[in-house]
Parts: sequence; structure tokens; C-alpha cells
Amino acid sequence: MSETVIDKSGWLNLEINGKPVQMPPGSTVMDAAQTLKVFVPHFCYHKKLSIAANCRMCLVQVEKIPKPVPACATPVSEGMKVWTRSEVALAAQQSVMEFLLINHPLDCPICDQGGECRLQDVAVGYGKGRSQFHETKRVVHGKDLGPLMSAAEMSRCIQCARCVRFSDEIAGNTELGMVQRGDRVEIVPFIGETVESELSGNMIDLCPVGALTSKPFRYRARNWELSRRKAVSPHDALGANLIVQLRRHQVVRVLPLENEAINECWLPDRDRFSYEALSSEARLTRPLVKKNGVLIETDWREALPLAAARLLHIIESGGSEALGVLISPHATLEEAALLTRLARALGCDNIDSRLRQQDFSQNLAPVPWLGMPIAAVSQLKAALFVGSFLRHDQPLLAARVRLAARRGAAISSLHSVRADWHLPLVHESIVPPSQLVAALAALVVAAHREAKVTEALPAAFDQVTPSEKDVAIVRSLLAAPEKAAIFLGSFAQQHEHALLLQALAQRLADYTRATLGVLPEAANSVGLALVGAQPQANGLNARAMLEKPRRAYMLLHTEAPFDVAQGGTALEALRQADFVLSLSPFRPSEHGVLPDIVLPIAPFTETSGTFINMEGRAQSFHGVAPPLGETRPGWQAIAALAGLLDRPFAERTPEAVRAACVPSAESIKARLSNRIELALQTLPKAAAKLERVAGVPIYHADPLVRRAPSLQRTALAAAPQATMNAALAAQLSLTTGGRVRIRQGDGEEAVTAVLSWRCDATLPANTVRFDMAHPLTAGFDVCGEFHLEAAP
Amino acid sequence: MSAFLDFGPDAVLLAGLTGDNWRLKDYVARGGYEALKKILSERTAPEQVLAEIKLSALRGRGGAGFPTGMKWGFMPHNAPEKYVICNADEGEPGTFKDRDILRFNPHAVIEGMAIAAYVMGCGRGYNYIHGEIWEVYERCEEALAEARASGFIGSRILGSPFSFELFNHHGFGAYICGEETALLESIEGKKGQSRYKPPFPANVGLYGKPTTVNNVETLACVPLIVKNGGQWFLDLGRPNAGGTKIFSVSGDVERPGNYELRLGAPFAKLLEMAGGVRGGRRLKAVIPGGSSSPVLPGAVMMETCLDYDSIAKAGSMMGSGAVIVMDETRCMVRCLQRLSEFYHEESCGQCAPCREGTGWLAHIMHRIEHGEGRPGDIETLDRVAHNIMGRTVCALGDAAALPVRSFVKHFRDEFVYHVEHRRCQVADHV
Amino acid sequence: MTMPLSVTVCQKIDQAIAKYPAGREQSAVMAALTIVQSERGWLSPESLRDVAAYLNMPPVAVYEVASFYSMYHLKPVGRYVLTLCTNLPCLLQGADKAARHLQEALNIGWSETTADGMFTLLQGECMGACQEAPVLLTNHHRMCCKMTPPQIDALLAQLRAEAAGKERDE
Repeated sequence: MSETVIDKSGWLNLEINGKPVQMPPGSTVMDAAQTLKVFVPHFCYHKKLSIAANCRMCLVQVEKIPKPVPACATPVSEGMKVWTRSEVALAAQQSVMEFLLINHPLDCPICDQGGECRLQDVAVGYGKGRSQFHETKRVVHGKDLGPLMSAAEMSRCIQCARCVRFSDEIAGNTELGMVQRGDRVEIVPFIGETVESELSGNMIDLCPVGALTSKPFRYRARNWELSRRKAVSPHDALGANLIVQLRRHQVVRVLPLENEAINECWLPDRDRFSYEALSSEARLTRPLVKKNGVLIETDWREALPLAAARLLHIIESGGSEALGVLISPHATLEEAALLTRLARALGCDNIDSRLRQQDFSQNLAPVPWLGMPIAAVSQLKAALFVGSFLRHDQPLLAARVRLAARRGAAISSLHSVRADWHLPLVHESIVPPSQLVAALAALVVAAHREAKVTEALPAAFDQVTPSEKDVAIVRSLLAAPEKAAIFLGSFAQQHEHALLLQALAQRLADYTRATLGVLPEAANSVGLALVGAQPQANGLNARAMLEKPRRAYMLLHTEAPFDVAQGGTALEALRQADFVLSLSPFRPSEHGVLPDIVLPIAPFTETSGTFINMEGRAQSFHGVAPPLGETRPGWQAIAALAGLLDRPFAERTPEAVRAACVPSAESIKARLSNRIELALQTLPKAAAKLERVAGVPIYHADPLVRRAPSLQRTALAAAPQATMNAALAAQLSLTTGGRVRIRQGDGEEAVTAVLSWRCDATLPANTVRFDMAHPLTAGFDVCGEFHLEAAP
Repeated sequence: MSAFLDFGPDAVLLAGLTGDNWRLKDYVARGGYEALKKILSERTAPEQVLAEIKLSALRGRGGAGFPTGMKWGFMPHNAPEKYVICNADEGEPGTFKDRDILRFNPHAVIEGMAIAAYVMGCGRGYNYIHGEIWEVYERCEEALAEARASGFIGSRILGSPFSFELFNHHGFGAYICGEETALLESIEGKKGQSRYKPPFPANVGLYGKPTTVNNVETLACVPLIVKNGGQWFLDLGRPNAGGTKIFSVSGDVERPGNYELRLGAPFAKLLEMAGGVRGGRRLKAVIPGGSSSPVLPGAVMMETCLDYDSIAKAGSMMGSGAVIVMDETRCMVRCLQRLSEFYHEESCGQCAPCREGTGWLAHIMHRIEHGEGRPGDIETLDRVAHNIMGRTVCALGDAAALPVRSFVKHFRDEFVYHVEHRRCQVADHV
Repeated sequence: MTMPLSVTVCQKIDQAIAKYPAGREQSAVMAALTIVQSERGWLSPESLRDVAAYLNMPPVAVYEVASFYSMYHLKPVGRYVLTLCTNLPCLLQGADKAARHLQEALNIGWSETTADGMFTLLQGECMGACQEAPVLLTNHHRMCCKMTPPQIDALLAQLRAEAAGKERDE
């Protein structure tokens, strides 16, 4: 590896405790101390937050300055001499420590933070044995911050305001504040509110004392009783690195494993709290076999041969075409690769993992990806997001975009709903779903004109006239050459003209010299595309497999109707199938279809595996806990099934499986591409019907998070509402506070849902938003027509 | 016509004021806005005006006493957006000079700000007025409307290329906003919590732009200096501190009020102007520069002259020029207790030593005052005050600590008596 | 119950916003809170929310400001809020007597409201008018000087008469 050469001209020379160090201008004494690995005690300072300098714990002595200064806020200067342990520095640190402790309860043995408390640690190292404080200690009442974060013991708060700064700067929605003044200050949400941020758990990590603690973990264990293992998040395509903590083989807490290139030091709440599902009642411990319409627990010795026999029977009687394989993009690479291999060995190419995609008008060769390293997103100067539910789909990517925006990046959105990303947008276009293509085409025309492109546009663009806003968006991209990006979000990818949108976005990117990125939906979306978990020849894609029902289905970590776009079609197809085999860690949902056989396979913590994230980084992990009950790692279960089907695999160990399945970094890199060739001959017309916008609610996106009890109690997990603008509500004669009945299909096959509704003035005309993947709405086909009326 | 208010024979800033002659026409009749007219019509170079300010040795009248010319000189030249701010958040106990300047002579401050803006190249200014003097805020709004209507404030002032927009902003009950960076936060619509310096406001001030904050009295001196010359102003005071100074005398005197004296005048003269100690009692103690400055025994004060260096030599600070007089009947424990309560109430709560320390001091003082003192309390008071000093984000920590340390130092016997006898040594204390 | 900000309140807030550069509407938050408090008497959570929405601020940021400055009321108060300065200069010039007199005359302590909802009594900090000590503010807007017990009696009588007069008019 070549060593990076850093140009140190213009750097400043200083000394800390006699040790010389060179720092770039703008660094602080704290930065210099950390470079030298000199520990300066601190509470309010955090490298990812703005400097507050309020705890005063990091006071140090600097030559020629009469008063001790805070290391965190003092810029370095040439020739500076700093002492962190001199008499002056220690006296200051000790007195600050005393001030911080006078109103802090000294009952560490009963505090949940005990053993991992920064205040406790620093007090031992920098405090004095006793204090002269003989007054009554301050009492601060506990606060209700929702189901994830406990603020029951706010007397322990030392007012460092890390949580407040996080809420403002990283989460972006400023849900916490410090009210009152003097020693009456308190950390509070707005009166009567809780914390609803999808990043809230990070405040628990940031809190240096036992004031903000994890509600699910509260009083469950002491830090020193826990073993710590590394893992990778199975939810979104960022692939956040995790520290999984176990007590008696059970996962009791998940913390971020710092990785500057991926999740920095953060975790979304989904990654942090979904572990609760791992030991929930919903876990399956033994195989299930349907007998007389009821699933009965059995053992592998019965279930596995039965599964093999029924699959063989179907293939023998109906041909391998009779089988459909639906693989969740949350499955590990190894599981997916082996199941794909098995299906192909059986002669079946009906394999797909693009479960929520609608548009399969082209067989896509390239593997869509972010288009750049994750870390590069923080450095962007301009970005246009097309059809993205960014904050819900990729919470930490949203945090990076927020950071870029704070640094002045021009962020724009083209979508069918208002972007609620808690960051300032410079431009926002909201159009009905059917006009998304035309809106993007208008941007292409604007870019063509603004960038003075010589190549003529296809005739399809003749009728397209860009608006002033289109021109402004294009100019914002052109103003940031090499630092601009266009991203396609989940709504664009799930659009019925997704490929057209991608081709237009590519053209826009070419004209504006921006990078095109696709925001993959799930932890392993990129990986599964790479291992060919989609039709390679004439097989049916995910949509076709359901629209042309198969006689048998194999489902890997897939739950219909929740995980597919065609919920209603999927329910019908699976119900009429002769045989459904499900490989899942969980009992089937009561709202879904009862499979004929369910094989209990390991969730991400109980198996080795690999996810390839949105930037194309393969991250392999080991099982961190023993499989629950009779659960088996998915790859083992599939290998066993393959053996019984007389298509045995050569690989016997996790290492061998990994070696066989995981592509090399070079081959991954070679295959990642968002460029598709599509002739832009005609642009689709706007729809006259009622249109639907459907997002995937953050806490309903996959089987694991749907079963995480604390997350399910949050506001973000609430039942979806139908939202529309006032004109449409009036047209439908809806009354405030009433409910709506939504119906799809007719007669006995009709799917209906009764939802509460709300007016959202930002929604475009004739458009209703109601999200998918929730028990109330999962039974609808996302792109099908629907009828909406006031519920009686 | 009303009689002139009596601010003393040396009065320059407050001379000729009756309480009713505050309007623009009165100010102009007194020669007001001539300085602004002069520099704008003659196109005087800003550097030349700055040189006069520097020559005058005008020092900030808000408390810190920093040379005004030097402060203005810190402002960068080429920044497109710069601000000048008048600090009229007068809340230091004992200080009430700015209120009189603003209600009796508001145009002097407006003119001073316009000149300051001209010198520093600021396009916009704010006058941050203490929320408790609402009627003065309303008067300033009226005066500003007059100045705007007459073309002294606004775009292309008096036909010159110089434009300056000025607005009044009111506080609403926070002593800390008298600290310049807390004041800036407050104008930005936030809690008034001081910023850590560096960076200083001259580089990163209001809305992150270069900003200079000056006290009301400081700005009111500016038109006089420009009109009469820096040398004239310098000659009114001491070699390193020009001009007159308004002293706000309160407490146990016959005639509490504002008195304008040349810097360097003896304290005895000021006391005499204020009618002497009330009821002919003996002078016990004086806080010479607002509640945040160390208290001095009366005898020491009687030997001291009123200028920055002399008061510093005597062991205190000139501060804002607020002189609080206490006579022989006053209990020093009670006096300090009320001041400690004040700093406890007003600490912004941001940084640990001030937030926790002011509360601790107030609790101990409350106990001692109420006969619940304990052995060791006095030592703890002094130690806690010492531990606050120099370790806080802003000067409020020192402001809370200095009175404690000085009261205990000069009047230790009274504190010891309170702790030991659980009651007051001074006979008439209630 | 939320009631929209009245037209006059909005006009006044707009005037305050106009004092600050474009995009700095938050600077008008203190003025807006003062205006709303003047109209509604105190700042309920709904009032804070109204101001937050008007200025496009997070509600908790408005709450921070309203709780930081001592002259905003986050709980209901009496028709007249009387704030007596008791800081050292006022104390030396008779604030203790004035305090006792007020408490006895109104039969309430600090931070309490009379049973008839007429008066709330607050202990204030230095108002910067010590030459006219003891000083007292009514509803934070009008300063009353040299408040000896007879002066206090006269003030209370005058405020009661004013309130009665207004009630008659209504």
C-alpha cells in the first residue's frame, strides 16, 4: 500500500507536556493532544459535534496565558507550550470535577450507567477524594422521551448539551433543548412531546452520565458482564458496523462499531434496537409443517426430507418452471448464492430478490450502486434526489447529506411528496407519480440548454419545457463540477417507469458532470445483484412470478405480502400454490400466508455471512450467538436441502462457502454500474386516475424490524395514514377526524383497508399517500388502481 | 422651560439636559448631528476619525475599560457585512447611567453609532436595550424614527454615499445579555449564553459577521470627540483615559443619582455631590464599580480618586462607574447575600463552574444570613469563589466571585460573628 | 385550544421581523413572544408553538428562549404583574419595606397571585434605575419609582380602579 504523503507546510509547531507536535492551522489543543495520545479529560467535547466548551473539564495550562484554557476550544498557535497535568491544569480540573459532582447523585452502584460512566471514570482519575459541599442536592424530574430512550434520572445530567447538539446538528430536527437558566437548567423535549428522531439512540451513547439510557437495556446487565462481538447491520444498504453485546448467549444490546468510512460513530435506531426481535416470542425454534391447515412444530429430520420430496414432486410433475424463488435482499450473500445455485441446478431461473421493483422492461446487466464511496456523500457540494424517502430508507446517509448541507451544499429534491429530511433544501419539486418522468425530462432539457450540449436531444423531448425551478436545480448542479450527484431513491426505483427514470437521470448526470447514484434498498441489494439472484436467461422476475402464479415457491427471509410491491397479487399466488417453503428465523405473520413448511434459519447474529453495501464493500461477519433452539444457519439448511435433492454442494464450512460465493473486491468494482442503455423514444403520459405514493415505513421494512417490540411502539411505527391535499379531500367529501376506506379490486377478491386520514397541503393533485408493508396496507398492489371514499 | 438637571459642574455628556429636551430638534439646537454632518460633508477619511478617537483615549464605559479606538481598529476592512451594536442592556446592580443618556439624550447615541458605523464600515446596527426599561425602549424607537425621517439614518445619509440602518432590539430579563457575546446570541433569537472567545466578535460576531459592541456612554462620547477633537476629550481626563465619566451613586446617600465628573476626581467630591452619607451616618463600605467589582472599606475609598488606575490600586475596579454606598448600619453579610442571590439567579447555566458555583455560594450565604452557618463555611466561600474565577466561559463567574472574596476579606469579622452567634453583629439589622 | 395569532399580533411581529436581515426571522423571537404575551397574558405551550410556526423555528428552541428570559410567563399570571426590584441598591433604599408592604397589602408571597386573579407579585433583579429606588414594574412595561408604602397603596388603588373601569366598559 502506498503511503499517503501529507503536505505539512504551513503547519504549526507546538509542544504538549514537552512533546513536540505539528498541527494544521485551525486545529485545537484537544486535536493536538489526541494526535499525541495525551488524554485530556472532557465531557462536552465530541469530535462530531460543535464545540461548546461548557463543561470546563478540559482546562489546561498554556504558556503566557494567565488563566487555564479549554483544550477543546483553544486554537493551536506557533510555538505554543501546553501543559495538561501541571499544577495549574490539575487544580482547574479538580475544581471543575468538584463542581460537576456537587449536584450529581453519588449512588453509582444503583445507576444504570455504572461501569461505563465517563463521569465516574474521570472522577476517579481527576477528582479529589472529598468535597466540602453540604447543601441539598438538586432534584430534576424525569422526562418521557418515548419507548427507546430513558430520561428517568435527569438529576444525573451534567448539562454538557451533547444530546441537544446532536439533535440539532446530526438528527437535524432539534427535538431537545436546554431550558431555564443557572442551576435550574434542564434538558427537555418540547412540552408534552417525546423524541421521535430515527437516530435518537445515539444520544444514549453521547450522554457521558446515566441521564439518558437505553430503555430496552435498562437494568438488564452491567457492562462488564457482557461479551462484545462485531457484526454488520442487516437493515439498510449502508451496512453499519455493530458491536453486539451478549449476556448468557443472548443479545442484550447493540452499539455502533466506529467506522469512519461507513457509519462514523453512529447507528440508526433501527440498527440499534432491532435486536429485541432476536429473542422475541416471534422467533421460531423448530421447523413447522402444515397439517390440516395448521402449522405443527416438528424436527429437521421430518421437515427437510418432506420439503425435498414436495419440491421434487412439483418439478417432476410440472417442470422446473413451476417453481418460483423469492429471496429477500436482507439475506446474506452466502444464503442467496447457494439457494440461487440450487434453483439453477434444478433447472429453475425464476429467481429474484428485487421484490419491490415494478419495472422489469429491460433485463439489467449492471449492478446499481451508490456511485461513489459513502464518505464522499459528506463532501458533495450539490445533489439532486429523485424519489427518495432518504431519512427513512437510509438514515445515516441522510445524516451525511445533512452535514454536506450544513457546509453549504445545495440539496434539491424531485419527488411526489415533500422531503422531510430535516435539512434545508434549496429547491424542491413535487409532482404526481405519473409526472415524475416528465419532470426529470424537463431537467434534462434544462441541462442540455444550460450546459450547451451539442448532441441533439431525441424527439421525445420536443414537447418538454423546463421551468425556472428546473433551470435553478440544473445550475446548482453545474456550479459544483465533480462534487455533484444525482441519486435515485426507493420511490424512483419502485416506480412503474423506473428504468426510464434511471436513463433520464444518467443523461442529466452526463450533462451536468454529476455522478449518478442509486440508493439500494436493503443490506444486500448490491450483493444479491452481484451473485445473480435474478433471472439470468428466460426466468421470471419477481413481479412476473406473482402475476403468473407458480405451483411452488421458495421464500428466503421473504414475507408476503409485506416484502413485495404486489402485495395482493402475492397473497393470491401463494394461497393457490401447491407448495410454499419458507426459510425464516420467524413464525409466519398472522397477516400473511401460511407456508406449508417453515425451516428455522438463523438471523444475522447466528450465522456467518456477507453483505455488500451500497458502495460495493463486502463485509463478512461471524455468528455472534449460538443459533436459538433448532435454528440452523441458512447456508447449512440450503446445503442440506441440496443434498436431499441430489444436487450436493462441495463446500462444507463457512469459510469454503464464503470463498465460493463472495466476489473479490476487484470483480465487484468492475461490475458496479448505474448506466443503462435505453432508447428514449417516447415519454409516458400523465395519468388521469387517482395516484398513489407509497413509502416503506422505516420500522416495517423487513421481517426483523417488524418484530422489534420497542421500535414498534415508536411514533414512526404507527399505522399508516392516508394523506392528500385539501382539494382532493373536499372532492371525496372527507370530514376532519373521519376515516377513509380504500379498496382495490372488486367483489370477493377486493382488498380493503380503513385508515385515518390527514390533509397534507404539499401533496400534488389527485395523489394519495399511504405507505406499504404495514399489516393494514400490505395487501394492496402498489401500482394497481384503487378506490377511496369516506368510511362510514 | 424646565430647569437643567444637576449632573454636576463638570458635566459634558449630560450638560444642558432638562428631561424634556430629548427630541431631535432640541439635540440639533445643542449642536447635535454636527459631527456626523461634518465628516460626511467633508468626506473625512474613516482612518482620520479613528485617529481622533484613539487620541482621545476614550475607554469603554461598560465596565472593562478597553480603549475604544483600538477596539474599532480590530474590525476587518474588506468584509461586506459588518455590524455595530450599542450595549444598552444596563443591568449591573447600581448602574443607571445609560438609562439617563438614552431617555434624556437618545440622539447622542444614534449619532455616535452612525459615526462608529462610518469609521468601521458597518451597514447595520442594533441598540440592545434592557427589557426592564420599556419606556426608554419606546423613546428610542421614537427618536430613531425622527432620525430616519430627517435623513440621519438610512440609505445615503445626508446625500453622502454612506448608508446605515439602525434598529432597537429589546431584552426581556437577563443580566447576562450585558455580556457582549451573550447579547449577540440574544439578537440572533437564542438564549443569552456567552460564546467562548476566541473568536472575538470583531471577526465572528452577529450572524457570524464582524461586529463591534460598545456601551451607550462610550458611543455618546463619540460625537463630542469628533466635534471638539481628541485632544479636548483627552484633556478632560487622565493621560491614558480621556473624558468625563458618569458615576451612578446609589445606596446610603442623601441624593442618589448620576454625576458626571472628570476622570481622576476624588471620591470624596462625588460623595459630597450626592449629598453625603444619608442621615449623616458614617461611611462603612463602597462598591465602586457596580456589583461585580470588589467592595472597599469606606476609609480606603475616601482616599481614592475616581479613575481606572487609582481604583485598581485601591483593590477594586472602576467598572461601569456604579458607586454603591453602605453606611455603618449595614450588615455586610446581608448585602453580600443579596448579591450572591443575584448571580445565582442570573447565571446562564451554560458552564459548570458558574452554574454550580453560583448556586453553591448562594446556598452558603443564605444559611449564614439565616443563622445556619457552620464552621468552615467562610473558608468554603472563599475557596469556591476562587475555584470559579478564571475558569468560566465569560466574566459572570468572576463577577460572582469577586464580591464574595472582597466582602470576606474586608469584613471577615462580621461573617465570623454571623456564623458563631447565628445572628447579626450590626444592631439595627432586621 | 389553539387559536391563531390575531391580525394585529401578526402585523406587529412582521414589523419586528423587518428589523433583521432576510433569513434572520429568528431574531424577532423575543419581540414576538413579548407581543403574544402582551395579548394573551402568558405564554402557553400553544402560544410557543404558534410563535415557532410563525418564525419557522423548532418549538423547543422557542421554549428555550421563553424560559431563559425572566419576563416571560410560562404559567398563567394575574391581570397585573408587579415586579419589585430587591437588589442591593434598592434594598439599601427601602425595597425591604416595600416588599413587606406589598406582601401584606396583597396577602401573597413572591411568585404568587391574589385569589381574585388581579395581582401577581414577583421579585425582580436590577432594572437599572437605582437613583429612583425602590423601583417596581407593572406588567413589565411601566416603571414606578420611589415606591414607599403610600406610593404602593396609591398604585394598587389606581390599578384596581383601572381594572374596574375596563370591566365596566366591557
